[in-house]
Amino acid sequence: MKHTRTNALIWIWTLLVIVVIYLPILCGALASFNKSRYFGFPIKIYATEWWQKTLDSIEIGMIVKTSILVALLVTVFSVVIATCGALAFARYDWKGRRLFQKLIILPIFFPQPVLGLALLLGFNAVGIQTSWMTAVFAHMVWIVPVVTLVIAIQVYGFDPALEEAAFDLGCSRIQVLREVTLPLLWPGIWSGMLFAFLLSWSNFPLSLYTTGADSTIPEWLYAKMVAGYTPMVPALGTMATLAAAVLLLVGGLAGMLLRRRAAA
Amino acid sequence: MASLAAASPAAHAPEGTRALRQQHMLSLGARCALPVAALLGVGFLAPLVAILAYAFATPRSFDVFTSFTLENFAGLFDPANTVWVSFVWSCGFALLTVAILAVIAYPIAYGLNAVFGRWSGLISVFFVFPLFVSENVRLYGWVLFLIKNGVLDGSLKWLGFSGGPEVLYTPGITLFGMVYTYLPFMLFPMTLGLALVPRDLVDAARDLGAGRLFIWREIELPLAMPGIMIGMLLTFVLAIGATAEAKILGGQSIIVISHDIEIAFTYSQNWPLGSAMSVVVTLFIGALTLFALSKLDLDRMLGRR
Repeated sequence: MKHTRTNALIWIWTLLVIVVIYLPILCGALASFNKSRYFGFPIKIYATEWWQKTLDSIEIGMIVKTSILVALLVTVFSVVIATCGALAFARYDWKGRRLFQKLIILPIFFPQPVLGLALLLGFNAVGIQTSWMTAVFAHMVWIVPVVTLVIAIQVYGFDPALEEAAFDLGCSRIQVLREVTLPLLWPGIWSGMLFAFLLSWSNFPLSLYTTGADSTIPEWLYAKMVAGYTPMVPALGTMATLAAAVLLLVGGLAGMLLRRRAAA
Repeated sequence: MASLAAASPAAHAPEGTRALRQQHMLSLGARCALPVAALLGVGFLAPLVAILAYAFATPRSFDVFTSFTLENFAGLFDPANTVWVSFVWSCGFALLTVAILAVIAYPIAYGLNAVFGRWSGLISVFFVFPLFVSENVRLYGWVLFLIKNGVLDGSLKWLGFSGGPEVLYTPGITLFGMVYTYLPFMLFPMTLGLALVPRDLVDAARDLGAGRLFIWREIELPLAMPGIMIGMLLTFVLAIGATAEAKILGGQSIIVISHDIEIAFTYSQNWPLGSAMSVVVTLFIGALTLFALSKLDLDRMLGRR
């Protein structure tokens, strides 16, 4: 009896925290539908004109394109590197593995604003002009370790005996990789891709210092929050959030199908 | 093994190839690690070296690698400097964030492992998703909620109260922002940690008449400690580096250490001073992280082996 009461309290607490987590996101959505330029609540007239203006803006269009380009490139590069890294992390027994496991985590434990500045300094020291391309690299420094961990969890879950069996049956290493290892790792790689894209899409501290004259969505939003608020700020913020939600939903469903197929 | 296989090749041939393959794997692992190692070498270590080099350059100059001085560090340790105030603020807030988050996240982590059952996946997604929304957007949402005539103030006035509390642009709201932003970083390692506690063990203790508090203190907490430690470390380290909360919500009512670093790099164009501060922060965080990580077995945490 006492047990069910504790469980109910845990449920209530969790749901309460979830409500608090999403409260500001909802406030942003609300503000984007305000007709007047300055936010006041309760909203007197609701309108979609700021959404329309945001969609029509050429400047924002360019920024969105930059964000997508950066996120796509980060995803492709990160997943290739991180898949190798995850195999080294969790699959193979080799001499430097323990050390490797610890070193790879360090960038995650590093404050991103300082990392961004350090990268800016590095680019500057070797004379590289910062642009969206340097931002791709900067994002990877932080995202590759995260994606490596995500894929490593999948690697831990698979049975090395399957690879051994393929070898014993005379498969070459490339064949084993293509026919056994990668298909088994697909669900993990897929999650890794989602993480890579979405973390790059929403990253602000690294972009701030490494994009140079180019700008990503979070950077543009920040610039306007500090000076020159218009309801386009919450409108674009809400759009970016919705885009991430749709991607996570579609990607998550596809991932579930992948998992089911891998299990079958 | 190899000599055995040579002695009776027919009987031990499979053993021999396995040993050979294992040797092969050794190098294979190292080769797989190479791309990541190269990336982090160029993208993580090299910038840190650049920062270190700048920290010893002449103040207010860009003479990296050509000048050597300890002036920047001397400046930092000068009692007249306010940098230490920022550092203390950052550390204090980071500690408070960790303490508050531990209390907030523990019941949820416990629930994800033992209460929510098939809902666990969905609830986890709800906690992961905010990571994919830029922290600016989320923090700005709080500004819209708390600002004068904002959602809270407006609703209270509409209900006939005199209006919402004026909490925006205070140190307290900065702390709240940190707690809000870093919740997932505490929650997920903690959940992994609690997953390491065998249910049977808890049941056995209960059957033997152990009280709830006793089970929690003697079984759950020690066994889940690796995960809790990682969560605390991660939130502490991230909170030390936090700036967005203090800038957007706190309205710069306090200056945190990474904000000081930023100011040195941008407005005051004093890269060597900024670098010296970064070096101090990096050493502090690096020492803490390496110390904690050296005590953890990552294979067990992630692989549940």
